[in-house]
Parts: sequence; C-alpha cells; structure tokens
Amino acid sequence: MQQVASSRAALVAWLQAGPMMLVFALFFLLPLVLVIIVSLWDYNEYQMIPALSGRGYTDTFEGCLANLPELCTIFKTYLKTLKLCFLVWALTLLIGFTIAYFLAFHIRSTTWQILLSLLCTIPFWTSNVIRMIAWIPLLGRGGLVNSGLLHAGVIDKPIEWLLFSEFAVVLALVHLFTFFMVVPIFNSMIRIDKRLIEAAYDAGATGWQTLWNVIIPLAKPGIVIGSIFVITIVMGDFITIGVMGGQQIAAAGKIIEVRLNALQFPAAAANAVILLAITFLIIAMLSKLVDLRKEL
Amino acid sequence: MTKKTTTEQPTALNRRSLLKGAAGITGLAAGSGAITGFPYVMSQEPKVLRYLGTAVNEGDEISKKCFADTGIKIEYITATTDDVTKRVITQPNSFDVLDTEYFSLKKLVPSGNILPLNAKKIKEFDNITPVFTKGELPNGKKIGGQGTAPWKVLYLEGEGSKTFSATPTEFITLIPTVYNADTLGIRPDLIKRPITSWAELLNPDFKGKASILNIPSIGIMDAAMVVEATGQYKYADKGNMTKAEIDLTMKILTEAKKSGQFRAFWKDFNESVNLMASGETVIQSMWSPAVTKVRSMGIPCVFQPLKEGYRSWASGFCVSKGVSGKKLEHAYEFVNWFLSGWAGAYLNRQGYYSAVLSTAKANMSADEWGYWMEGKAAMSDIKAPDGTVLEKAGAKRDGGSYDDRMGNVACWNAVMDENDYMVRKWNEFIAA
Repeated sequence: MQQVASSRAALVAWLQAGPMMLVFALFFLLPLVLVIIVSLWDYNEYQMIPALSGRGYTDTFEGCLANLPELCTIFKTYLKTLKLCFLVWALTLLIGFTIAYFLAFHIRSTTWQILLSLLCTIPFWTSNVIRMIAWIPLLGRGGLVNSGLLHAGVIDKPIEWLLFSEFAVVLALVHLFTFFMVVPIFNSMIRIDKRLIEAAYDAGATGWQTLWNVIIPLAKPGIVIGSIFVITIVMGDFITIGVMGGQQIAAAGKIIEVRLNALQFPAAAANAVILLAITFLIIAMLSKLVDLRKEL
Repeated sequence: MTKKTTTEQPTALNRRSLLKGAAGITGLAAGSGAITGFPYVMSQEPKVLRYLGTAVNEGDEISKKCFADTGIKIEYITATTDDVTKRVITQPNSFDVLDTEYFSLKKLVPSGNILPLNAKKIKEFDNITPVFTKGELPNGKKIGGQGTAPWKVLYLEGEGSKTFSATPTEFITLIPTVYNADTLGIRPDLIKRPITSWAELLNPDFKGKASILNIPSIGIMDAAMVVEATGQYKYADKGNMTKAEIDLTMKILTEAKKSGQFRAFWKDFNESVNLMASGETVIQSMWSPAVTKVRSMGIPCVFQPLKEGYRSWASGFCVSKGVSGKKLEHAYEFVNWFLSGWAGAYLNRQGYYSAVLSTAKANMSADEWGYWMEGKAAMSDIKAPDGTVLEKAGAKRDGGSYDDRMGNVACWNAVMDENDYMVRKWNEFIAA
C-alpha cells in the first residue's frame, strides 16, 4: 500500500517537473550539445564540414606556446575581459549593496521601496546605439564634463580617456548592471529579522560591527546571486564593450562575433565553449562560498 | 510599413492593364478592403517579393514607387553587410530577391544558395555601364581592378555553375544596381591644411582623431592604401594579400593603434556621422551619404579625393535558390523596373551611382545631372530625394565628375583567399 502511494507521489513529482525539464532540454541542453558538436567540425569559406577537427580550438590557442613569454591573443583577451569583469563586479557590488541597504533599512513604506527600485531600471530604457551617441555630448572631447572642467580651470586641455576607453566601458556597464545587484541583495535584506539587528545593538555592537557580523552574512545569498548575474553578463558582453571602447578593446564575445561574421561557425562555437567553461568555473567557485540551495 | 503598402492602390492601373489584370484585381481588392475595413479574400496570389539587403538601396520611396508602377509589393529585410551574407548561407529560403555586394560572391556562389539571373531577360542589360562588364569607363579608360572587382565575378559558366567565367556569358551573378568610390572624410575646419594622400590617416598629427571602418576585410584595405601611400610596400593586389603581406599591414595598424592614433572604429552609418560631427574624429574612412549628412547639419565635411585613388564597392540583385515560376517572373519585372531610371535617379541624388546611366539621366534635371555626374557647379540649390537642401547653388561635388571619381578607383572591396588567417590577425590586432 505504502509502496504504491510513494511511487504515485514520485510520478506526480515527475509530472510537475516535466514541463520545465522539457523546456530546459529543448531550448538549453540541445542547443548546447549542438554548439559543442559544431565546435569540433571543420569549415571552409562558406560552409561547415561535418568532419572531426580540432581546428577551431587549435587556431584559437595559436601562438600561445610559440610566443612565450609574450601572451597570445586569447590569453590577452581573457585577461582584459576578466579585468573589466572584476572592476564592474566590485563597483556594482559596492553601489548595489549601498542602494539595497538604503532601500531595505531606511525606507519605511513598501510603495516607496518599489518605486525607488523601479528608478534603477532607467538605464534600460535606451538602445545601445542611442546610448553611445548620448555619451558623446557628455564625455566627448567637447562634451559637458570636459568643457565644465576647462571653464573651471581644472584642466587646460580636454581629457581624452573619458570616452572610448576602459573607463568608459566600466562606467557604462556599472550604469547598466547595478540593478542586477540591487534586486537580489534587497530581497535578502528585507528578509532579515529586524530583531537580530536590535539584539546586536543591545549587545553593544557598533554600526560597522552589525553590518559586518550580522547583515552581510545574512545577505550573502543575494550577493552571490547578484554576482552571478553581473559576472555572466559581463563575461559575454561585446556590444557595450565595443560601443564604449570604440571597438578597440578586446572581449571574449568580440572574438566570437568576428568569427561568426566571417562565417567561421565552428571556430565561433569553439570560442563559445571556452567562454562557457571559464564562466562555469567562476560560478562554481562562487557557489563554494554559499550553498544557495540551503539558503533559499 | 508592410501594412501601409497593402492598403495602397496602384496608380498605374490603366497602364499595361491587360498584362497586369491580376495585379489590378488584387490592388482593387486591397483598396476596397481598406475602405470597408473588412478582410478580403484574395482572388489571385499577390505580387510580393521579400527583399534582403543593407539599408543602401532600401528606401521607402523606392518600394512605394515600385508598387505604384508595377503592383509588386516589396517587403524589406534589412541587415548589416555581414548579416546579409550570414542569412544567405544559413536561411536561403527566408528571402526572394537578394541585394548584396560583389565581394561576398566568393562565399555565396560556392554555397549554391543563390541563382544567377539571365542577361537576356534584362531589358537594359546592354546599357549597363562598362564599369561592370569590362572594367572601363564609358570613355574607354581602364579602371583599377585590385580586389574583388565586379567584372571578375559577374559571369558564371552556366545556369547551375559554381565557377566564375572570365569571358561574358548570359548567366549573371548579380545584376548591377549601385556602386561608389569611397575615400576619407575630413573636417577641413579642424585640420586647416590640404589633405592629398591616404598617408594622412596614420599621420601622428591626427593622433587620437582618426578612425577606420570596423569590418576586417575593408579596414585592412584602407590600411594597405596608407602603406602604399607612405612608400613602405607595394602590393601585387591589396584585395588579395599573402600571409606575409597581411602580417606587415597588421603590424603597421597595430603600431598605430598602440600609439593611440584611432579614436574609435565605426561600424554603423550613424556612428560615423556622430564621430565626425562631434569632432571626436577629424579624418576617417567614410561613405558618401554620411559626409552629406554631416554637411546637412551645417558642419563642414569633405569627401576628400586623394592622389592614390579610391576604394570602390558595388552591389546588385540576384534571387534565392528557392525562387522559381511566377515568383521568378516578378523578380525579373522588379529588376527591370529598378534599372528603368526612377530608382537610378533616386540613388544618384544621394551621391551613389546607378548602373544604367542613360535611364537615370532621363529622370534627372540637367542641373542635377551636371552637379552629381559631370562635376559642374550647381546652377540652383541641390536637394536630397526628401527635399532638404544639400548644397547651395554654385557648389561642386567633392572629387568632381563620374569619370574623375570612378576613373581613379585603385581597388575594390574584397574577400581574400587568406580570409581565415586575416580574421585571426584582426582579433590579434583588437587585443593588442
């Protein structure tokens, strides 16, 4: 009797998970498997040749041993991407955490909390091309910032690195993606039992001690989820890096785009697999920090 | 846009009405449908062509005029040059008519996804400018043929052939439509001295104020023009470099990039306009209509003729391999309409050149023809197709006449044999 009941429960569970599994298999696993297969094919100027070939990979790591100690293209590119990724992650975390803290602990009414977090979505209202064109009047050589500083006598010739530089890329990415930090961190913070904070104060903890020993540990799941969002997006981004970097800054996604445009699909797929593997590694390390399943 | 054209009624119903009864009925049905607001049942298959191409030829005005004249409804599928090629390779059934550049044929023809058109069915074929058919001007002067020059890839050996024919055949890969001679755009007000050579693009005087087009195959040719202009190397064919030549060219580009010569690379028409108009760049590779756009904003900009010559490009029509029967007839009717003059004049007025000069001339005023094609001073204000004033009376076109500009073409946009190697080197250049 009990056996029948439990096998029925199992069946119901499978049925409930079924649709999601099906969607997941069809639209995620299957394409991923195809990408991996194609990455191992050969190609010519206009078509993929379904014959096993490691060319996509060997071409990608071309010169990595021969050119030592100088770094090869792919290592240089990933170093640059990782550097941008780290800067954007650190800044979005700092700013996102501060905003979330403000929203969770200083704003009392739920309406205002919702309204203010919606304000954070404003950067998403414009398209990439418009955004690039819009930054010129602000950060350009004759832009608002430069002319303001010139008039104030702070500088005597325009600052060039404000636009089409790593600074501009980081600025634009932080501007865009801080939102992805704010939401999960806010979500974690709002669930913190306020009595814990009161208890900390009562026990004589300073504000910083409360932040460090109570709030941050309890907001950790939000921090990790936000970090995963930001890191995965920035690792694969090539549009914002291209537009704000004046197309002169290498990005892992940019390599894939150039290969695709030259119709070298297997080489592009090989690069996509490499990018995926590296991003997986980073996320695996992050998940070591927090057991997300236990926390949620 | 699609909706707008369905409800429009052809204005030329009376003309050639016997031949076009079918179109007329459809048109009337569409018209009455719009009036009553009820859906209509189609009595006959409507004449619709899905037109894949870049934005160059895809004017709303052109599709409207085409519908009025022929009853053919054009559905534009607009993409960048790279994406057009990608689409032909991966989704050949997603379009009927293809408008693309000759240099992409080296990839498209071997794929077997496009069909050539038959020269015998093109009314104006014999009037197509000899630039395409023989590589010379109407006055007989030979044109530079480095790169993927159109006459090298214009003919196929047979209907289903994947081999280009060196001698004329009736199987035409792309029926020519539009072409131009590209050079550097400059801001004379910010440079304040004459610019006469491609070498100026990498001149340290313009450090942080130069730009090139971010399409590897075109960017490297602009660089090759500079290398030759500075006397560092002479290429056998700038459009088909050897590995050693690619290395040399990319090395020079990389050095320029590292020393901060380039402000940004551009890929989009509007990006190039904004870089130039804002003064972020003062010298860059550019397209003729982009220069016109900057000028129409009241900012001085010159499409500067240079002593080493122009880098040219050309595009034309073919059809998808999935097109046959009625659809193919419509495609021929459309291509014939396109070459019949109205569209040619429209393109000429934007600073491009049309493939059949005689029919375009018949659709332009003598003053317009003189300004755009003969390098003469405009007698009255020169207007864009939409009516905005482009140039005041007395102005002359940069680079002068058709013969002066097309006669000085040094090379054509190209796909190299060593394309794969070049692409890898380009990624290296970006990472440097």
